[in-house]
Amino acid sequence: MTDVAVLGAGMHPWGKWGRSFVSYGTAAARAALADAGLDWRDVGSVVGADTVRGGYPGYVAGATFARALGWQGARVTSVYAACASGAQAIGTARAQILAGLADVVLVVGADAAPKGFFAPAGGDRPDDPDWLRFRVLGATNPAYFGLYARRRMALYGDTPEDFAQVKVKNAAAGALNPLARYRTPVSAAEVAASAVVADPLRLLDICATSDGGAALVLSSMGFARRHGHPDPVRIRAVSTVTPVYPRTVLDLPDVATDSAAAVPAPRRSFRSSIARAAYEEAGLGPEELSLAEVYDLSTALELEWYEDIGLCARGEGAKLLREGATALGGRIPVNASGGLASFGEAVPAQAIAQVCELTWQLRGTAGDRQVPGARAGITANQGLFGHGSAVVAVR
Amino acid sequence: MARTRRPVVAGWFTDGDADGSTGRTADGTAGSDKTDGTGVAAAPVPHAGFRLLGTRCTACASVFFPREDDWCRNPGCPGGELVETPLSRRGRVWSYTDGRYRPPAPYVSDPDAPWEPYTLVAVELAAEAMVVLGQAAPGVRTADLAVGMEVEVVPGVLHEDAEHVWTTWHWRPVADGSGEAGA
Ligand SMILES: [Zn+2]
Repeated sequence: MTDVAVLGAGMHPWGKWGRSFVSYGTAAARAALADAGLDWRDVGSVVGADTVRGGYPGYVAGATFARALGWQGARVTSVYAACASGAQAIGTARAQILAGLADVVLVVGADAAPKGFFAPAGGDRPDDPDWLRFRVLGATNPAYFGLYARRRMALYGDTPEDFAQVKVKNAAAGALNPLARYRTPVSAAEVAASAVVADPLRLLDICATSDGGAALVLSSMGFARRHGHPDPVRIRAVSTVTPVYPRTVLDLPDVATDSAAAVPAPRRSFRSSIARAAYEEAGLGPEELSLAEVYDLSTALELEWYEDIGLCARGEGAKLLREGATALGGRIPVNASGGLASFGEAVPAQAIAQVCELTWQLRGTAGDRQVPGARAGITANQGLFGHGSAVVAVR
Repeated sequence: MARTRRPVVAGWFTDGDADGSTGRTADGTAGSDKTDGTGVAAAPVPHAGFRLLGTRCTACASVFFPREDDWCRNPGCPGGELVETPLSRRGRVWSYTDGRYRPPAPYVSDPDAPWEPYTLVAVELAAEAMVVLGQAAPGVRTADLAVGMEVEVVPGVLHEDAEHVWTTWHWRPVADGSGEAGA
């Protein structure tokens, strides 16, 4: 058995609060510890998901949070994998628990994001693909989202109205989530009236950048049983896979794909291989899911994820959406939390926040946005530079 | 003071001037009548010598753009010498978008001038079996493009400053390019 228990989940509300990431992460950690009914001094290891926007303390997030909570001697790890940092932190915590190195591990991620486009680190760095795409092309993150969206329109017949419906759906769910930054329902007309950012995507198709913090207290199943948690939410799989050469789908921050001239493209795209690895490890498939939290950096990208995590065949994402299957009350709600559409992205916290949502849904404590009888869920996400991120949790 | 032409990244494309006449892989003097590789005598083709430059592994034939000069990235390759290779001049549109808002630095733009949106095109090159992104030539709007449309690489100017004209590559629809979707 490779399960680990989720004893506690906690978040600092997403928003633009104007404080340090340390403040949000520490608040989330305290909330998760309280939820677990544990003292910080019971924690044997702390894993921080780094931020590149907080200076040195951001690069050593594990120690930064440990210091803020009060040094107590715990083992420390800090990880960075862009948007997948949270999953790497969870994966690291799980490995330590399963290896017997720690009974209880605190996982924390937090960010304080600037307004507007994410920009690369400073300086003249022509050997850095993330610097080059801005210098040579001015290719922002939304530019890549626009390319994917246009490609779906040409290949599958998706329409801007389909994309807008993703926002409408996620905003409706987010309106029920007190931790979300945007809690107002949005209409299709409002999406259509917002400014085009990267054709065909409009401002309300693209997620904002936010401040926020999320934390989990994970433990061995034995520790959970001994401490009054006979039936905790369990993490059954953590996928942190990398692509297989040649990677033939253009992705941030690259200027070009790999060439498939000498080696044929792998059967599965990178994104679909992320979920595949999680399902294999968990021993369950998409038909057994009660809900999914996917990375809707753009509305169109959410449809892509439906296909990549196996909720429908390739090209049928918009059909699944139109049927209402992925809305609250549908067959397989996606982004019951409200998703990035309602939160905005707080990079190192986001993948942890996805697992917080699964935890509350699987416990049956998600309030007005509860998916009835939720038994299994998946999170899916992808970090820039080739980081897979997916977590399967069950009850 | 005369400004010198300088590529925005060294070694990514032939260093020809707007005529392509000094390109390292130039296939003729620009502006003169010549064939375009199809064996058909073409009208004067400006920029015909301009090419993106990648590298090719002599052991496994994998192509890399941006160029890899140290090691082949095919994990099944024993490792070969990487030699410079020009990429196909033409390809088909994989997708396209535009930038309606000013990108952050290091993209260079005049903050005092009104922002002029530019178009980005991702182009599928058949021989290399890869997709290469680039800005569209000035004046090409998203409305002018379609997935599957044939485009060609042409030399372009990214921006100019006191000392330099910073050159780059642009994608431009081929005059007779068809726009069937789904390529
Ligand atoms: Zn090779």
